[in-house]
Amino acid sequence: MEIIKTDVAIIGAGGAGLRAAIAVAESDPNLKVALISKVYPMRSHTVAAEGGAAGVKKPTDSLEYHFHDTVGGGDWLCEQDVVEYFVAQAPVELTQLEHWGCPWSRTEDGHVNVRAFGGMKIERTWFAADKSGFHILHTLFQTSIKYPSIKRFDEHFCVDLVEEDGRCQGVVVIDTSTGEFALIEAKSVIIATGGAGRVFRESTLGGIVTGDGLALAYRHGVALRDMEFVQYHPTCMPVTGLLFTEACRGEGGYLVNKEGYRYLQDYGLGPLQEKPKNKYMELGPRDRLSQAFFFEQQNGRTIEHPTLGSVVHLDLRHLGEAYLLERLPLIYEMAETFMGLDPAKDPIPVRPGVHYTMGGIKVDGKCASSLKGLYAIGECASVGLHGANRLGSNSLTELLVFGKVAGVDAAKNAESATAGNSANLLKQAQAVEQRVTALKTKTGGTEKIAVIRKEMAQTMEDGCGIYRVEKSMQATCDKLAELRERFKNINIDDKSSVWNTDWLTAIELDYQLDVALSMAHSAINRKESRGAHQRLDGFEERDDVNFLKHSEAYYVAGNAPRIALGDVKITTSQPAERVYGAAGDKADQERKESHD
Amino acid sequence: MTENLKIIEIEVLRYNPESDQEPHLEVYKVPFSDDMSVLQGAQYIKDNLDGSLTFRWSCRMAICGSCGMMINGIPKLSCSTFLRDYHPNRIRIEAMAHFPIEKDLVVDLSGFIEKLESIQPYIIPKEPRSLEQGEYLQSPKQFNDYIQFTSCINCTLCYAACPQFGLNSDFIGPAAVALLHRYNMDSRDGAAAERMELVASEEGVFNCSAVGYCSVVCPKQVDPANAVNINKTNAAKDYFLRFLSPKGGSK
Repeated sequence: MEIIKTDVAIIGAGGAGLRAAIAVAESDPNLKVALISKVYPMRSHTVAAEGGAAGVKKPTDSLEYHFHDTVGGGDWLCEQDVVEYFVAQAPVELTQLEHWGCPWSRTEDGHVNVRAFGGMKIERTWFAADKSGFHILHTLFQTSIKYPSIKRFDEHFCVDLVEEDGRCQGVVVIDTSTGEFALIEAKSVIIATGGAGRVFRESTLGGIVTGDGLALAYRHGVALRDMEFVQYHPTCMPVTGLLFTEACRGEGGYLVNKEGYRYLQDYGLGPLQEKPKNKYMELGPRDRLSQAFFFEQQNGRTIEHPTLGSVVHLDLRHLGEAYLLERLPLIYEMAETFMGLDPAKDPIPVRPGVHYTMGGIKVDGKCASSLKGLYAIGECASVGLHGANRLGSNSLTELLVFGKVAGVDAAKNAESATAGNSANLLKQAQAVEQRVTALKTKTGGTEKIAVIRKEMAQTMEDGCGIYRVEKSMQATCDKLAELRERFKNINIDDKSSVWNTDWLTAIELDYQLDVALSMAHSAINRKESRGAHQRLDGFEERDDVNFLKHSEAYYVAGNAPRIALGDVKITTSQPAERVYGAAGDKADQERKESHD
Repeated sequence: MTENLKIIEIEVLRYNPESDQEPHLEVYKVPFSDDMSVLQGAQYIKDNLDGSLTFRWSCRMAICGSCGMMINGIPKLSCSTFLRDYHPNRIRIEAMAHFPIEKDLVVDLSGFIEKLESIQPYIIPKEPRSLEQGEYLQSPKQFNDYIQFTSCINCTLCYAACPQFGLNSDFIGPAAVALLHRYNMDSRDGAAAERMELVASEEGVFNCSAVGYCSVVCPKQVDPANAVNINKTNAAKDYFLRFLSPKGGSK
């Protein structure tokens, strides 16, 4: 087996991994960086983010406003010290990206422009038309080429971590183009592999979003925190789940039901606004909007489409073709290509789809996990920024702010830590090779990957959807346990070495099943409703006495995860009623008066 | 569910380097609905008929650039090309032309990546600026000068379309030149002169025979042919100006 020695290994080369790699290279050019990704960096799913990245920009805005929007938006399950750091660093990092060439959209006078986004009190979302993630990713990838200390391992698939004396000391990878294993020894390892939304059926996500890094850390004893909080984005293309950005509504789009009625006014987001008004109507937070869809459907007010199912209409027609082409060109193209309609002339049928994993690998404010030398950043991590519901446009900024933090700290750790015992690490890597190869070479399996994957995605939607009840969550837990067993009997058609995606897909499915189990068991354990976790079986209210707590799922080999509860860090914002629209303004006013 | 669906025949160029002497065609019958892309057709084959069929894909929305292939001989993204547009005829999918095949529909992109890395695809600031000074300002004109050339998704369809790249794989090619041009045209950048050497080199723009097919197949309207043309002019100008000024003529 090939052995590669490096200082910092980064798994995943999307926005977070690339930003971290650059941070290591800038803080100590003598450190070697191994940047490992199962796809070429520019294929990473950061590429599909549309709307933009949040950071205070306008003179009328403040760090305090951004803090309160984020903490309230997260239904008070955020780590508030982490949020404070985040909002302060956000504008710095977004400016840094501008210096690196990111083509942020501009105002007439040449400054970076900002747009409105859901749950944000002031416009603070920096955007590059509606291809913000694409431009962030390509800017970071291209900038990373400048640094000779970053050695990329493109199309290398990570199958395990190696550790010694309670320290992470490297990773084991498969070179996709040859099928050969390699051990990459490292003093620091950063996981930046993105979310796990593909465990659900209808999602906005690319095929690569399979939660690999979550499962890797989890199996090494690190807790997965707040995994029950899965974000449904309210405006997705039916069937495929492809995303129509929240910026559609930030720019003034309406959501209407089958009566042509802007139904959000009935869900605590009114009164009705003609023009987009921050934190009102269509600019409410994602969890509330997806929940409103659920009730519209229950009450027979959605549009029943023969092939698309239940939908509502995203109406952009009043914005006009020219404005749509300037601000939302990708949305325009997608509506035309994939749905055969012209958004300047036709309303777009949409419904909620799974979009984001709020929870993740439990790390502290410096992105360090409980396993020494192991860090996690971005969607796979739970640094404590998003709480029970992420606000749109906070996650792209998160990649930058915490990508840098992790890079700087992983570099410091690599400078002081010693390398592991190579012989011992190699022995571990060889055992990994044997185990993973056996999955491919074994014969006589009868279960198909595609069948198990489909059943997993269906049961996750059934039990862990927008609204949840004990009975269906239990059925999901049971079904996942059954699938975990059936996975042992899997068959892999392709026995070859070169580019064996049949085999790699099976390894991904193995990761997905573990992550799905952590989600379902965290969900059934949370007997309250908060943010994206909403119950209809006697636990409809938020319960701060028992559940102002993080869920922590611990891996138990061959069994259901163990769920523990952890404390939430509160600094200045005491939990209050979470309100939007006119009620939100009233609450803001009262808070202000009580401070004066 | 499949009983109401129409059936299309998909002919796939298969190649497994470990067992095949050369690529060969195999035909699969795929039930499809009108909303199904060619990519979904390939996924159907992999999930139901033959798990060893190999292709790259991810986003499904024509932005990650993974899923390019030859579809009836034309380079296209398979996620945004639809089976309904070929039915009732048979459809043929093959690996992108002009690249070595690794397996089935997967081609070796390492040469393209090296080209991308060679053009210094990052801002080399004309005037350094600290973060405390805030963003660089860009007028709408300055912005419009380069924004079109930022849209490349690195799908490499333009390389599969380019006859000159087919003849000489050292040619840096349409997408890399478009990206180079993107940085040269950015008001924040001051390194056009440094990049000129590559533009005018043996691997550079003069390989292009102005067929323009690269821009026809580009799924993002980047118009790389235009970038190549402008750089031919720039390189020619630079060549003549070198006689007048030792520093050359580029900005």
